[in-house]
Amino acid sequence: MAFLDIFKYKTFEHGIHLKDSKDRTCDQAIRRLPFSPILIVPLSQHFGKPAKSIVRKGQEVVRGEVIAQSDGFMSVPIHAPASGKIKEIELFPTARGPKTESIVIETWAGASQRLGQTEANNISQMSREELIQAVQNTGMVGLGGAGFPTHVKLSVPEGYSIDTLVVNGCECEPYLTTDHRLMLEHPQELLQGINMLMKTLGAKQAIIGIEDNKMDAINAIKNQLSGFESIHVKVVKTHYPQGSEKLLIKVLLGREVPSGGFPYQVGVVVQNIATLRQLGVLLPNNQGLIERVITVTGPGVKKPGNYLVPLGTPIRFLLDYVGFSGTANHLILGGPMMGSTVSSLDVPITKPVSGLLVFNEQSVEKETGEIYPCIKCARCVEACPMFLNPSMLGQLAAKREYESMQEDYNLMDCFECGCCSYVCPSNIPLVQYFRISKSVMRERAVSQ
Amino acid sequence: MIELRTSPHVKGTLSLPQIMRHVVYALLPICAFAVYQFGLSALALLIVVTLSCVLTELLFNRLASKNTTIHDNSAYITGILLALTLPPGFPLWMGAVAGFVAIALGKSLFGGIGFNPFNPALMGRAFVQAAFPVAITSWTPAAMNDRFSQFIPSSLSFPFALPSVNDAISEATPLALHKFEATTTSFNHLFFGFSSGSLGETSSLLIMLCGAYLILRGMMGWRIPAAILLSSAVLSGLFYLVDNSQYPSPIFMLTSGGLMLGALFMATDPVSAPVTLKGMWVFGFLIGILTIIIRLFGGLPEGIMYAILLANASVPLIEAVTQPRKFGWLSNRDEK
Ligand code: SF4
Ligand code: SF4
Repeated sequence: MAFLDIFKYKTFEHGIHLKDSKDRTCDQAIRRLPFSPILIVPLSQHFGKPAKSIVRKGQEVVRGEVIAQSDGFMSVPIHAPASGKIKEIELFPTARGPKTESIVIETWAGASQRLGQTEANNISQMSREELIQAVQNTGMVGLGGAGFPTHVKLSVPEGYSIDTLVVNGCECEPYLTTDHRLMLEHPQELLQGINMLMKTLGAKQAIIGIEDNKMDAINAIKNQLSGFESIHVKVVKTHYPQGSEKLLIKVLLGREVPSGGFPYQVGVVVQNIATLRQLGVLLPNNQGLIERVITVTGPGVKKPGNYLVPLGTPIRFLLDYVGFSGTANHLILGGPMMGSTVSSLDVPITKPVSGLLVFNEQSVEKETGEIYPCIKCARCVEACPMFLNPSMLGQLAAKREYESMQEDYNLMDCFECGCCSYVCPSNIPLVQYFRISKSVMRERAVSQ
Repeated sequence: MIELRTSPHVKGTLSLPQIMRHVVYALLPICAFAVYQFGLSALALLIVVTLSCVLTELLFNRLASKNTTIHDNSAYITGILLALTLPPGFPLWMGAVAGFVAIALGKSLFGGIGFNPFNPALMGRAFVQAAFPVAITSWTPAAMNDRFSQFIPSSLSFPFALPSVNDAISEATPLALHKFEATTTSFNHLFFGFSSGSLGETSSLLIMLCGAYLILRGMMGWRIPAAILLSSAVLSGLFYLVDNSQYPSPIFMLTSGGLMLGALFMATDPVSAPVTLKGMWVFGFLIGILTIIIRLFGGLPEGIMYAILLANASVPLIEAVTQPRKFGWLSNRDEK
C-alpha cells in the first residue's frame, strides 16, 4: 500500500503524487547526438545579462573556444559547441519566447569531437575566489532548468557561511531521466564535482537527496562513496515538487528558507546533479560548457532516450533524428509540470533545457476540459507545497485584486510548480493566473 | 501546427462532473434502502424532488441565458439529498416546492455552483420546515406491509390542501421519542435502519459505508466528517457521564436522526464549507457541538440542519482566521 511508504522515507508536506512516466527512457544509456549542420547559439541562455559576442561573421571557430564573453558578474561566457564558421549573428526565437541575439555556426561537414587546447586548472592549489572565477569561466549555469549562473550561487554574501552543499538528485518532474542516467553512468565525475564545490563553498558536508524511484542510481553512488567521507546519500520518498530548493532543504535538513529569501540564509547552497557532474569534468580541464544531456521522449517519439546534445542544436534536427509519429503539435522544453511550450522548430537546445517532450493530438486532447467555477474543494490547498491558498488567490486574480494577492495571500511565494492547476477538478488555470499576477506586481514594483 | 500552452502540461484526472457523479453513485444505495423501507411513496418523492431540482436549474440557466449547467451533476445531488431529509409521507407537491426553493433560492440566485454560501438542499429543507411544519413532522413507520402497493395517503394530497394529519399513520422518530417521551430506541434498529425517520436518516451503517467509499476514492474530504463525529461524540459523552438517566449515550446520538447523513453528505458540500484545512476542523467541531446543544437543549428534536446552516454562515469568518501558515516563518532571519 502506498501510504505505508510514508513511514519508510521522508518527504515534505502537501505536494502531489504524479505518474512518473520515466520507464521509456530510464534504462536508455546516454547517446551522443551528431552535429547539426547549423547551430544556433543564443547569447542569453542564462538568468542575468546576455554574454557579449567576440566573433564576427565569417570567422572560423574551434570547438570549445570562447565565442562570447560574460558581461559583468551576473553573466557567463559562451563557448563554441562545434568547430565551424560563423554564418551570421541574428535574432532568433528561443525557448523563453522573445527573439534573442544568437550566433549561428555552420559546422564543418564531418567535424570531429576534438576540443581546442586549454590550460588545466590545479584545483588543489586554488583559492576560493580563484575557484569561483574558474566556475564562471566554464559558463556553467543551473542545468536543472533555472539557468541561474552557478558562480553567483557560490558567491555567498558576506556574513553568511555555508555548512552544507545540498545535491538535488530528485528529478521529480515526470518523463525526465537525465540526472538518473548521469548518476548511474558517471558517479565518479559527480562526486569529484561535489568535492570541488564543497571546497569552493567551505562546506563541511554534502547531502545528495535522491527519490526512491531511482534505487539503481542510489546504489551506484553509494558504491563509489569510499574516499568521500563528508558526502552522504539520503533517500527521499518520490513526491512532486521535491526538486524545489526550498522543499529539498526542508526535507533533508529540516531548515526553512525564509519567505522571499535564499538558501544561503540557512547555511545551504543547492546544486543539481547535471551541474555538479559537468563541473567535475570541466573544472579540472578548464573547459567550457558546450553540450548537455537531455531526455527526448513523449507519446509521439519513436526513439526516446537520453541524448548528449551540442548546445544550439535546433529542435528540428533533434526531432528528425529521433523520429516522431503523428503530428507533433505540442512540444515542451523541460518537464511537463514546469516546462514551456516552444513556438518554433528553430528554437535551439540551450543550457537550462533538460528535456524535450513531444505530445501528439491524441495525448493533448484528454487534458483539456471545460472550466467550472471554483467549488472550494480545497484540493489545491492540500497540494500547495508553499502553504498558499490557491483557491482564494485564483478568485482574487479573476477580480484583478493583485495587491491583496501579494499582501494578504503571499502571491510571491508561489514558484509556479503547477500542483494546484494539476489537481483542480474545475480545470481553473490557476498557475497561469498567478504567472500573470506576479508579472503585473513586478512591473508595478519597478515603475514605482 | 504547434500549439502553445502554459504549464502544467499534464492534468489530474478528476473533474468536477466526475466527482459529482460519484457522489450520486454513493447516494444510490441509501436511496434504494429508503425505497425498500418506505415503498412507493419514497420512490415517488425521490423522483419528484430530484426532477424539480433539475428543472429549476434548467429554468434558471435559461433565464440567465447561460449554457446549461446540468451536466456538472450537482443538481442531482441537491435533489437526492433534499429528498432524503424529508419524511416518507411528505406530500409530493410540497417536495416539488422544496426542490424549487433549494435550487432557486439556495443556489441560482447566488450565481450557481461555486457561489452558494449555504448548502442548497438544506435551504430547501429549512424552507419547507417553516412553510409546512405539520407535514414535515409526520413520520411513517418503516417497513409497512403494503408499502409497495400503496402510497402513504398524505403523499398524494392536493396542492394547498393541507394533508389531514389524522389520516397519516404517524409514529415519532427516535429522537422525538427520546426528547418528549424519554424512550430510547435500540442501537440495532438505529444502526441497521429499522426505525422511523426521514428517507435517508435511518441506517447509519449504510450511510457510513457510502461515505467511506467516497473518502477512499478521494472524492470527498475526511476532515469535516471526522471533526463532526468526534466533537458530537465527545460532547454527548460528557453529558452522558454526568447524568446517564437524563442524557442519551453518544452511540445513540451518532446513530440517530440525520447526524450521519449531515456529517458525511451535507456538511461536506465543498462550496459551503471552508477551503482552509484548519478551517475544516473548526467548521466540523462547530457543527458537532451545535447539533448536540440543539438536540439536548433546543425546542427541536433534531439539530443537524440548523447546525450546518449556522456553520455555513460562519465560513467567511472561519476562513479569515485559519489561512494556511506561510512557508518560511520557522526561521525568519532578517534578509540581506
Ligand atoms: S482545486 Fe480548484 S475548485 Fe478546488 S478549491 Fe482549488 S481552485 Fe477551487
Ligand atoms: S503553483 Fe504556486 S500556488 Fe500553485 S501549488 Fe505551486 S506554489 Fe502553490
